[in-house]
Amino acid sequence: MTDAAVAISSVRKTFAGASQPALGGVSLDILKNEFFTLLGPSGCGKTTLLRMIAGFENPDSGAILLDGTAMARTPPNRRPVNTVFQSYALFPHMSVAQNIAFALEMLGRPRDAIRARVAEMMRLLRLDGLGDRRPAQLSGGQQQRVALGRALAPEPKVLLLDEPLSALDLKLRKEMQIELKRLQTETGITFVFVTHDQEEALTMSDRVAVMRGGAVMQIGRPADIYERPANLFVAEFIGEANLLPAICVDRTGHGGTFRLAGASDDDGAIAVADAGTLAPGQTATLVVRPERVALVPAQTTRLRGQAREAVYRGSDLMLHASLPGGAMLRARLPGDADVTALIGQVTGFAFPGDAVRAFAA
Amino acid sequence: MNELRPRDIALTAPAALFLVAFMVAPLLLMVYVSTLERAPFGGVLWGSHTAVAYEKLLLERDLLGALSFNSDYIAIFARSFRLAAITTALTLAIGLPTALYMTTLSPRRAAIILFLVTVPFWTNLLVRNFAWILILRNGGQLDSLLLWLGITSQPLDILYTPWATGIGLTYSFLPFMILPVYVALERIDRRLIEAAFDLGADRLRVLTRVVLPLAMPGIVAGAVLVFVPCLGAYVSPELLGGGKSLMIGNLVQAQFGASRNWPFGAALALVLVLILLLSLALLALVRRRAERLS
Repeated sequence: MTDAAVAISSVRKTFAGASQPALGGVSLDILKNEFFTLLGPSGCGKTTLLRMIAGFENPDSGAILLDGTAMARTPPNRRPVNTVFQSYALFPHMSVAQNIAFALEMLGRPRDAIRARVAEMMRLLRLDGLGDRRPAQLSGGQQQRVALGRALAPEPKVLLLDEPLSALDLKLRKEMQIELKRLQTETGITFVFVTHDQEEALTMSDRVAVMRGGAVMQIGRPADIYERPANLFVAEFIGEANLLPAICVDRTGHGGTFRLAGASDDDGAIAVADAGTLAPGQTATLVVRPERVALVPAQTTRLRGQAREAVYRGSDLMLHASLPGGAMLRARLPGDADVTALIGQVTGFAFPGDAVRAFAA
Repeated sequence: MNELRPRDIALTAPAALFLVAFMVAPLLLMVYVSTLERAPFGGVLWGSHTAVAYEKLLLERDLLGALSFNSDYIAIFARSFRLAAITTALTLAIGLPTALYMTTLSPRRAAIILFLVTVPFWTNLLVRNFAWILILRNGGQLDSLLLWLGITSQPLDILYTPWATGIGLTYSFLPFMILPVYVALERIDRRLIEAAFDLGADRLRVLTRVVLPLAMPGIVAGAVLVFVPCLGAYVSPELLGGGKSLMIGNLVQAQFGASRNWPFGAALALVLVLILLLSLALLALVRRRAERLS
């Protein structure tokens, strides 16, 4: 793979005293000029992997290649990689301009070149006029941009971002998501972004690796991961999902028919476009996104449930219903849908067969 | 924030009263004594004022009463400042690596080292200086060791020289350097050090560009804690220096003892206090200026 900015192969790491490996044989390639996100819950190994790319941790086994060169035990200061830390880690005794100039000075760039580059970064990150300020005199969002500018100034081959937006409030976070995407496009630098926020990952990334327990669960474009999760964990972790226990009753080609667990033959039949390797009689978990569930008259469908409550969420409205067999189904409806008359009533639900993913339970 | 509430006054009153009674009042008494005429057999002639004590700092009166310049006392001040400066530099040279090493240890081990650093405080300063006499004297442990190692063939003859004084002072004041520097280093956010490495700094530049600037308040505090008491040190110059090359502390002591010149002793002590206060004020001024500039 010549176009991989970062190539990670079979990387393992177990910290001293830990019973579980932090990374249990992770392999993935991050392409040049890509916005790549490592996504997973805390403790999944995403930060350990990032710190290995930066050089702060060494793998027990396996290899990490940056731009085709094996990094093995190269210390962080000799890697063409810079990091934006979660806490920003700005040097408190230096001004904004000095912070941004730091890496350039370490590279021994001439004074004029440094001054020009710092000015360029300040403009790119909209920090004009703040060059003489100390980090403590800046707002959280400004500190964030200084941290970005400092890491981007020496034009690293890869920029690592360790949950950099987690300290910002929601509005600023949304702005910075767009800003980061813009920066990545404008600079053409490979971004490796670590987050536990699936929405953030879907918004910004070209590709996402979903991690869990030191292993990669799925790698793909945001739409792939959202629409075609590789397993139940990914389906549950990314976005909202209805998880319906079911039994496979029939297979026809790729597709199949499923019945809700605990439901009678009369109700709860669900058609699935791609039933994978499931055989009739096997138990399964069906995954349906709430926005794919439609409300239909009860007599037009075999999938019926009793509407329990409606939760208004501004842009939309989530209708909760209990299905035969006891499973709960959530349907995402427009925010202005009037469903008060439905509460307590049996109503019909429908979703297309290709909106359902079936996993062996 | 700045106004004093009754509770604040009540809480600080004991310390304030103590300082007034045992610090400010004696100091004022010293100012007064320094302006008096000496009594022939020690003590002073109360109520008989003269500037002779201050005159003696710089000038010498011969038998005929003619004044001439005398640099003896200036030389003693200079020697004391030099020794204090060298001691401060030595404690920093030894203390900084020690403190740096301590920050790399686990909290438990660092606590053990910290404990060991403070152990000397448990023994009386005089006893410790006597121990150094035994180590440094001709044929003492230091000589034996160096002879045994084949580094020297003759006794060093180091006791009762400024070298011995310097060794004793460095030993005595080392903990006062290690402790504040360690505290300052320990407070540095490790992520800043990681960030510096990440941005391409090697170990030396992480130290000079990030660690030392951030630890500077602790280094300054340690330097003041060593330099100031060193300047007035009495025990080490007396015991290890053999009282041969006078330091300010010994000079002051001599005026109240053998020389029976209380006003001159008081004047010497006050000049020392004034020099120290002025230098500390200057230091604070420079630091504030530096902070405002950046």
